[in-house]
Amino acid sequence: MLAKFLDSTAGSPAPSRRGLLIGAAAISGGLMIGFRGGARAQGAKPAAPANPFAGYVTIGADNSVTIHSAHMDMGQGIYHGIATLVNEELRADWAQIRVEGGWGNPALFGNVNWGGAIQGTGGSTGMQSSFERYRRAGAVARQMLVNAAAAEWKVPAAEIVVERGLLRHGARQAPFGAFAARAAALPVPADVALRAPQDWIYIGKDRDVLPKFDSRAKVTGRQDFTIDVRLPGLLTAVMIHPPLFGATLKSFDAAKARTMKGVVDVVATPRGLAVVADNMWRALRAREAVTAEWDTSQAETRSSEALMAEYRALAAKPGVATAEVKGDVEKAFAGAARIVEAIYEFPYLAHAALEPMNAIARIENGRVEVWGGHQMPDIYQGIAARVAGVTPDKVTLHVMKTGGGFGRRAVIDGDVVAEAVAVSRVLGGRPVRVQWTREDDMRAGRYRPAYIHRLKAGLDAAGNIVAWQNHIVGQSILAGTPFEQGLVRNGVDLTSVEGAQHLPYAFPAMKVELTSTRVGVPVLWWRAVGSTHTAYAVEAFLDEVAAAAGKDPVQFRLALMKDHPRHAAVLRLAAEKAGWGQPLPAGRFRGIAIAESFETIVAQVAEVSVEGNLPRVHRVVCALDCGVAVNPDNIRAQMEGGIGFGLGAILKSKLTLDKGRVVEGNFDGYEVLRLDEMPRVEVHILPSSTKPTGVGEPGVPPIGPAVANAFHAASGRRIRVLPFTRPENA
Amino acid sequence: MVRFTLNGRPQALDVEAEMPLLWALRDEIGLTGTKYGCGQALCGACTVLVDGQPVRACQTPVGDLENRVVATIEGAAGRVAEAVQNAWTGLDVPQCGYCQSGQVLAAIALLSENRSPSDADIDAALAGNLCRCATYHRIRAAVHAAARALA
Ligand code: FES
Ligand code: FES
Repeated sequence: MLAKFLDSTAGSPAPSRRGLLIGAAAISGGLMIGFRGGARAQGAKPAAPANPFAGYVTIGADNSVTIHSAHMDMGQGIYHGIATLVNEELRADWAQIRVEGGWGNPALFGNVNWGGAIQGTGGSTGMQSSFERYRRAGAVARQMLVNAAAAEWKVPAAEIVVERGLLRHGARQAPFGAFAARAAALPVPADVALRAPQDWIYIGKDRDVLPKFDSRAKVTGRQDFTIDVRLPGLLTAVMIHPPLFGATLKSFDAAKARTMKGVVDVVATPRGLAVVADNMWRALRAREAVTAEWDTSQAETRSSEALMAEYRALAAKPGVATAEVKGDVEKAFAGAARIVEAIYEFPYLAHAALEPMNAIARIENGRVEVWGGHQMPDIYQGIAARVAGVTPDKVTLHVMKTGGGFGRRAVIDGDVVAEAVAVSRVLGGRPVRVQWTREDDMRAGRYRPAYIHRLKAGLDAAGNIVAWQNHIVGQSILAGTPFEQGLVRNGVDLTSVEGAQHLPYAFPAMKVELTSTRVGVPVLWWRAVGSTHTAYAVEAFLDEVAAAAGKDPVQFRLALMKDHPRHAAVLRLAAEKAGWGQPLPAGRFRGIAIAESFETIVAQVAEVSVEGNLPRVHRVVCALDCGVAVNPDNIRAQMEGGIGFGLGAILKSKLTLDKGRVVEGNFDGYEVLRLDEMPRVEVHILPSSTKPTGVGEPGVPPIGPAVANAFHAASGRRIRVLPFTRPENA
Repeated sequence: MVRFTLNGRPQALDVEAEMPLLWALRDEIGLTGTKYGCGQALCGACTVLVDGQPVRACQTPVGDLENRVVATIEGAAGRVAEAVQNAWTGLDVPQCGYCQSGQVLAAIALLSENRSPSDADIDAALAGNLCRCATYHRIRAAVHAAARALA
């Protein structure tokens, strides 16, 4: 989606995948592949690499292979994926390989799917953006090592075999490190052929061939996250954020807190007060002793109920903007034999990653270092520089793996990064970790926006859809961001309507409208973004329409998918594997839904029974088409996780505003899925030879409507106000 | 001064008695495998074993630990721990991994007392350990796999 914005920005280099060139450079005793990218080579304005030593792959004299990932890893497994791509070509020993977060070189790391000019992780683009260039980097590295060995051994390069980190010719062999320096001095081969799919030994292979290399660290407590970084003299800061969105600090009294054991200082930053101590608990204790007064005159003070009442009133009117229109909708409705209408309501949602937001900053001799989950490194580098009062080339980022993320770490104002640098600067550059508590994390904003969908369908006498209309009301995620200019077109924020427009269904007449609201609650992309609500509204409503037409939900959809064979194949596979149409044990019922997000098509069949007023989900059969399946087991894992994440949200999660204050603060009020509620999940991946598309998010959208449709089959009740546990659903 | 056994070794700690074990471990002793997720005994990320029982370190004041035996993920060892960790890696359970120290310790505690837990036993023992990546499906399978390895 960001590609559209970046392509439309005059002067921004947007190197095509083909145009990406690979360079090589000598580093002390080693070889580095990919020291700069295509933007410069194409003659476009070069993006100055702030960190010229970053590359795709570095091979050390010690045989180490360090892969610099353009995407950060929050659990979606992209480090593993990128290592798979590189090593498919390179063929190092897995024990030699290490993956680090790359940054500071947009020409090299720019997200191909976003036009290539800016580095970032999001929109499930990691694999797609990496598939070509990381394989190429691995292939170039291998070829240069081979060429160096061929020259030294005086044998034809074509006779040298590369296997498990060794270069071999006849009886002679040497590890990569032996030729790394020599290889770096050779010319970069202009065109290296990539291995053909039938020769792949890692891509497409399962856990038994290629287990994840970071699992061991993660089950022994040795995986370090930002919260675990240790530095000499590292301090901990906890924040006091404004109590209302839009409130600003008037005054504060920290006299008592400053006298407490371990407290270093209490300092004001543009985003709130920071209580700094030598230990997290002491900082927390001191925070309770600080009092603050806030100017709330500009703050958002509406309650959720009032907001939803406003949204309902807006939804009843025509939409302010039109996202998609086809045919004469009014006429088609006028001629319909039957009209079905429904309103669906979605609450604000928190990301609630298990590692609450944090970042570490240190300023020394005019250099700024920032540790964190840098999902938008170029932007954070700029923010850190601005807050510290230096130029971006003076900023070093340390890209950490994070304990979840789900979109929360890709935030344009860099929130916690800005806080950490601000606090360190006030403290004369001392190293400090700003660590939000769970409550801070949940109440500091950046939510999946609340939305309302008003849907209407017209059927002819035979039960065919003749007209379809959807009016979406809710906040624009992109409004006020640098992406607004490119991704908000004619008043339509693409992230508000994705998943509701360009449906795989052939409706003779249809219209999708949008009314974007202005609310002072900061919002953000939340795992699968627009499709988290659009897929629920569309697929649950379509089930209502199928029922009104007296048709089977699978057949009804398939009949509408004539022009979308890939969607139809995924739907059929899910239905078939779930035994759609076959009898179930007493009390069990099925529901189906399909959603395409980020170019990956996922269908799910949920099998539920009713317990009290709620569904118990026993089994979910998931089918998907994500192009080439690079790491099938990780794809399964992401589907399983996406299903659990989405299921918890639709069943239980909601953030409520009470006169502008966020009510929920922890996992008692903001409920998420627990182990005992997790269904059995079966994942079926359609074989494909088209380019790989993402899997981090697309598992989420279908589960809600699949469960809602199954719950209707089981109970006769439609759940149109989320989550399921809301009192009005009882 | 509080004295207890930590991962098999004597540990003396001279901090405020009310300081939760979680922050004492992380900020004073330097063992960071025990994670912070909620601070209110609501997520299980900080699970440690005290006298073999899983407890939430975020709600355990160090003052309560006099003469107790504490094991954190760094000290997980022995047959059961090995079986659990091998089952976890064998199924590639972790996604982000942040909850997994707590999950693994809770599973060790369960299997130390019950060598063939049913799904219901696993649910009861682990429902308090949240995983936002929702690796639950594999956690359940891994507990069964570990139980089989121990049989
Ligand atoms: S941090 Fe202790 S239970 Fe969540
Ligand atoms: S693996 Fe991410 S929270 Fe459990």
